[in-house]
Amino acid sequence: MHELGVVFHIIDQVEEVAKDNDVSSVSKIILQLGEVSTVIPEYLTDCFVWARAKHELIREAELEIETIPAITRCGGCGRTYGTVKYGKICPYCGSDRTWLEQGSEFMIKEIEAV
Amino acid sequence: MDDREVRIIEIKKSVYENNDREAERLRGELREKGVFLINLMSSPGAGKTTTLIATINALKDRYRIGVMEADIDSDVDAKRIASTGVTSIQLHTGGMCHLDAGMTRQGLEEIGYEGFDLIFLENVGNLVCPAEFDTGASANAMILSVPEGDDKPLKYPLMFSICDMVLINKTDVIPYFDFDLDRCREGIAMRNDHASVIPICAKTGEGIDLWTAWISEQIEAWKN
Repeated sequence: MHELGVVFHIIDQVEEVAKDNDVSSVSKIILQLGEVSTVIPEYLTDCFVWARAKHELIREAELEIETIPAITRCGGCGRTYGTVKYGKICPYCGSDRTWLEQGSEFMIKEIEAV
Repeated sequence: MDDREVRIIEIKKSVYENNDREAERLRGELREKGVFLINLMSSPGAGKTTTLIATINALKDRYRIGVMEADIDSDVDAKRIASTGVTSIQLHTGGMCHLDAGMTRQGLEEIGYEGFDLIFLENVGNLVCPAEFDTGASANAMILSVPEGDDKPLKYPLMFSICDMVLINKTDVIPYFDFDLDRCREGIAMRNDHASVIPICAKTGEGIDLWTAWISEQIEAWKN
């Protein structure tokens, strides 16, 4: 829902890193996005395509998004399960003492420069 | 084929990291100056402005209060707040669905935050995006109104998990809705067992005393 806002944050960080590394043109930006990060990859890509035309440094850049699956661990039985399918309640023992182990990440993994 | 050499530069940083850092810096400055900033969030129409007016009227003799109204457009809310006599400014997010720490800082500088004890940031009406961006506020509070339903803590877990206070507003219409207060409290506790929950009715004034007592306690703790 706030994809455009996060695209600006991504561009700011990429510009910072590019400056520190004397990069004048970025060819690829690789992100890691958790399944329950609330960011929708398709919207993110659309917003990125719109925004990159306004920034010389990333005008040619391609956006690659790696998905990190959401996994929840249960404090009741100790098992893990897929968050997207089962949510907060453990499908094995019914406990609600569960926490997200991974899947809310939203990282800039690396950039490629030519 | 392109034979230019490709350099890979590893970053491995959260997209939110810069904002989180800026938010921490801002929170530190507010604490140093003794200014308590409440980031108030809710869906559109949950009663943020009406609740704020009731809150301001109860506290304005005791504290110097300022309000920053964030909206995508218009100054409807800022005008209503101005009727209480406290200083209010309107922040336009330019189409964005949330405020971040940088925008909050700009607003605080515009209002001249050092002259206040208590500042409310009325965030954009939305239960999703504002939860992702730390504004640098001293406390996060949200309003859930009865017509929205008691299942919202389950549907918008992140928002409920970051709030210090959840106000359940429009309690006067509970008889007309299928809203179970206990089920709602359970849902909130499941997401966040540190959150305080107060049922209020901004229109009749019910519960506002409990909410303003909480604010006063927080302000005293913040200043010491």
